[in-house]
Amino acid sequence: MEWTDVVRRLFTNKLSVFGLVIVIFFAIVAIFAPWIAPPADPDQPFEIPRSGWKIQPTPPDADNIFGTTEGSYDIFYGMVWGSRTAFRIGFIVVGISTIIGIFVGTISAFYGGWFDEIMMRVTDVFMSIPFLVAALVLTAILGKGLDKVMIALIVFGWMGTARLMRSQVLEIKAEEFIDAAYALGAGDTRIIFKHVLLNCIFPVLIQACMRMGSMVITAATLSFLGVGAPQGYADWGQMISFARNWIIGTQGNPLTFWYTLIIPGTAILLFSLSWNLIGDAFRDILDPKLQ
Amino acid sequence: MIDLSEEKLIDVNKLATYFHTEEGTVKAVDGISFEIYPGETLGIVGESGCGKSVTSLSIMRLIESPPGQIENGEIMFNGKDLTKLSQKEMRKIRGNDISMIFQEPMTSLNPVYTVGDQIMEAILIHKDVNKKQARQQAIDMLTKVGIPLPEQRVDEYPHQLSGGMRQRVMIAMALSCDPQLLIADEPTTALDVTIQAQILELMNGLKRQFGMAIMMITHDLGVIAEVSDRVAVMYAGKIVEYTDVKTLYGDPKHPYTWGLMHSIPHIEKDLDRLLAIPGNVPNPLNFPTGCKYNTRCQFATDKCRTDEPDIEEVEEGHHVACWHIDKLEEAKQEEDKSA
Repeated sequence: MEWTDVVRRLFTNKLSVFGLVIVIFFAIVAIFAPWIAPPADPDQPFEIPRSGWKIQPTPPDADNIFGTTEGSYDIFYGMVWGSRTAFRIGFIVVGISTIIGIFVGTISAFYGGWFDEIMMRVTDVFMSIPFLVAALVLTAILGKGLDKVMIALIVFGWMGTARLMRSQVLEIKAEEFIDAAYALGAGDTRIIFKHVLLNCIFPVLIQACMRMGSMVITAATLSFLGVGAPQGYADWGQMISFARNWIIGTQGNPLTFWYTLIIPGTAILLFSLSWNLIGDAFRDILDPKLQ
Repeated sequence: MIDLSEEKLIDVNKLATYFHTEEGTVKAVDGISFEIYPGETLGIVGESGCGKSVTSLSIMRLIESPPGQIENGEIMFNGKDLTKLSQKEMRKIRGNDISMIFQEPMTSLNPVYTVGDQIMEAILIHKDVNKKQARQQAIDMLTKVGIPLPEQRVDEYPHQLSGGMRQRVMIAMALSCDPQLLIADEPTTALDVTIQAQILELMNGLKRQFGMAIMMITHDLGVIAEVSDRVAVMYAGKIVEYTDVKTLYGDPKHPYTWGLMHSIPHIEKDLDRLLAIPGNVPNPLNFPTGCKYNTRCQFATDKCRTDEPDIEEVEEGHHVACWHIDKLEEAKQEEDKSA
């Protein structure tokens, strides 16, 4: 399919346009972060500036347009630079774990036999541990820091892709055009890269697109639970974590500190929603079998 | 007519391919011998599951292993025994010296590449040409297989073509490296009758043009009659009759072949019912002892149930594996009398 055709279809689907607009919005925010919210120290732009040492959040005003959260951290700054963190977590975690999953799934399905058996049992072992618990424990062992969170998410995040890829490859491997390619004198490497991968890749890419959002949510969960980014690091999960003590508001008015929770929560919601919408749209467009 | 004194192109000798499954060993091909001469068409005919396709896949060395295994025999091609070559050496032969076209034109093309890409693939694997030259050769091939507007079609995807067109593309792919032998595994089975005739005519024309030999695998006796020079009839992993096409249709000597001929409707004969060979192909896990056709053969005797006949040359160039050729002759004479 022509590239222009893909773009045209992406822009005619209302939901995907909505998703695209949100992702592009976040991308612009992330790219122009140094201009939107100039860091006090250019060497450490992810340090959220504090307007004081007050514990109680303060509502939006002229200095802090989204208000400040617990510890007087500026919410606006945290949101702007946190978008960079969100994209980084999404791309690195999803990218690496998808590549691992594709590799494992493809070779185990393609070569089959005892090799497949071993690879799939290893996958089962990884799958048998609840994802969040496993990631939590591994992050706790590795120590605090966003890179540790990402390692933990990658280590326990490739199995779904591997299984999906394996089932796809098993299906494609039995197709007659694979026999036909062998009959033309093609070798294993050529058949895997040229004939198998491209026929199997779309569901995996769609799944990866949808996981962009969920990985950011999981990273936020870890931050919320206190094993993620170090304190004061611009990260949406951390922003929600700051709001933990203020969620219930004051007596008689549960919405007193709404800005500590609603603003980062909305950002995470929109971010993962938009990737899901795009994933859906891509499935409709890219899958040659659905045409 | 083919000059049989010529050098053989491929000489299959006592080939046996078994599948070792959990239920037991399936002797899919069990000691068959035949040869193909340059420029001739050998037809291999038989019911489903008689080992026709396994024979062709054995020659290509594309038997999935495990469970499949070439147990015995040799396949001599250009002085080399194909059963002894490494996969790497085989890759140079596949698509280059021996090509294959498959039954289902709908599924034997990769849906995500243009037909041009797929024809170019074979050219790029085997020939030392750049992409532009390969593309030009692909367009030439499409012209040769009779596809109109080849410059446009070359950039189309398989789903944009009809079944007959796709089979033409498959043929173009198979012939792009000018092979000496083309194995056609039921190339017309999935096509309409009118398209079938076109494809067969195309294959006959290309055979003359390229001077290649064809091994035509089919269960359709009409197809065999149309294109073959010689025919091997297979039953349950064995060749039961092997001769030139005229003799086979005029004077079948194996009861199975004879039964097959009687199950074709004839335009001159006015019959109420066609003959059907009783029973089914025996389960390959549990073949009968003796002649494998004995469970369905009207002439079967005790000898047939204990001893298996070897294939023997009963007349010049006419090989039959049967104990009771004479009984069939009697039956034929009676038939002529009553007619």
